[in-house]
Amino acid sequence: MIWFSALVLIPLAAVVVTAIDGGWDVFWSTITNGQTAAAIKLTVFTAAGVTAVNVVMGPLIAWVLVRDRFWGKSVLEVLIDIPFALPTIVAGLVLLSLYGTDSPIGIDIANQRPAVFLAFLFVTLPFVVRMVQPVLEELDRDVEEAAASLGASRFTTFRRIILPSLTPAITAGAALSFARGVSEYGSLVLLSGNLPFKTEVTSVRILSSIENDNVAAAAAVATVLLVISLVVIVVLDLIQRRVAARG
Amino acid sequence: MADTLVHPTVEEPPVEERRRPPRVRKTPVTYLLRFIVTAYLFFLVAWPVSLVVTHTFSDGLGSIRSLLEDPDMVVALQLSAYVAVWSVLINTVFGVGMSLLLVRYEFPGKRLLNSLLDIPLSVSPIVVGLALVLVYGGRNGWLGPTLAGWGLDVIFSTPGIIMATTFVALPLMIRELVPVLEEIGIEQEQAAESLGANGLQRFWRITLPSIKWGITYGVVLTLARSLGEFGAVKVVSGNVLGQTRTATLAVEEKYLNFDQQGAYATAFLLAMVSVACIVVVAIIRPKNHP
Repeated sequence: MIWFSALVLIPLAAVVVTAIDGGWDVFWSTITNGQTAAAIKLTVFTAAGVTAVNVVMGPLIAWVLVRDRFWGKSVLEVLIDIPFALPTIVAGLVLLSLYGTDSPIGIDIANQRPAVFLAFLFVTLPFVVRMVQPVLEELDRDVEEAAASLGASRFTTFRRIILPSLTPAITAGAALSFARGVSEYGSLVLLSGNLPFKTEVTSVRILSSIENDNVAAAAAVATVLLVISLVVIVVLDLIQRRVAARG
Repeated sequence: MADTLVHPTVEEPPVEERRRPPRVRKTPVTYLLRFIVTAYLFFLVAWPVSLVVTHTFSDGLGSIRSLLEDPDMVVALQLSAYVAVWSVLINTVFGVGMSLLLVRYEFPGKRLLNSLLDIPLSVSPIVVGLALVLVYGGRNGWLGPTLAGWGLDVIFSTPGIIMATTFVALPLMIRELVPVLEEIGIEQEQAAESLGANGLQRFWRITLPSIKWGITYGVVLTLARSLGEFGAVKVVSGNVLGQTRTATLAVEEKYLNFDQQGAYATAFLLAMVSVACIVVVAIIRPKNHP
């Protein structure tokens, strides 16, 4: 307990205290500063966009992994986990090798906004898939067959039977991938070029504040990120309780 | 939560299903979905990762060899390994303690603690680094000057790197162990107690053997995460060549200095370790979930 406080709680509290030390006005002017605001906006919007993609692709991937059976499927299983285990800086390098300046397929998005999107997409890939997969495996196929025998089309079955039971898992996965996207740093260092107003994300902004010895500004922006991740955790907790209550 | 993320689930179909032929009709939609998913993963993960491998070996084993002959690089790799081992040790000891606390005891604030444990997973590594600097920073941190007075520098030296790494990898062990502990219950321990075993014996003979697989997965995941940590380490380490530069920091440094071969080779080494970790987890997991 003391160990946990010393390592996690006290340092995080220090961030918040430092941020509000300068008073509300300083805090507000820091985070509304043009460059910072642009960074926060870019981060949040990109993370939201990536989460939207994951909400569609995640269940789709999980569906194929659970219901389909074909040669090489176990390779796909391992591929899903690679972004989770790969050091983030390596992830950036990996993406740069295919989508960077000397791309073998002629797509060069290094130092542009799509690069941020791509990096987020890479690191958040496993979240929705891994949340949905176990739920999908548990699903009783008899219910679907019953629906089909009563004349429901495949689409109706999917919409009325499968989707409702997957929703909590999808939401939880989406929340995680949003949080991860907002806080991503390592994979962007090499890929995005960190151009102010264009491809600079919040984490990078905090780091440059630290390097300029402007700890108060860094703490203010960090607090914004902390609040976002706290909100995500609360949302997750609510979802889990709801699922538990439903049995 | 974390445990569901990283379990590569077994593809073996359940027994009853294997006896019957698969009930799903193969329609064009099945093939379409299969194609979309494979293509998506290929472009997003498989192709980029394989490119790193080909870049590394484009001139044979030369780049790896020159990497291992560079004394600074050797120090960086050793530091990474050293930090990872410490962080695994700390997280294992405290992870087991925290999991027992969370599962076996009721206390006020338990729910809160349980939620707070997820913070390291969702907070930015940069924020983690900043937080540690604010508290343990040598000049103006909350506790830093006191510790420096005792001759213990935390930030910009190895203890700081270990702390940052431990922080980010903290939930992995606990999220592995809590479900296992909940599953095994306490009947066996009560039986042992009624036969006169003391606390230490009960833990050593009953609890530990039954959670050993959980601990193994936790160790593997923590190891992968610790070796790969970048953002938090960047803030707290100071990146001093040959002293506090870890392997991940070296990748960035090499790339920015246009030493692409070296960067790819280092990245390849790190990627190999993490892929090995995934494969190890994938192989040993089924034994625990028959």
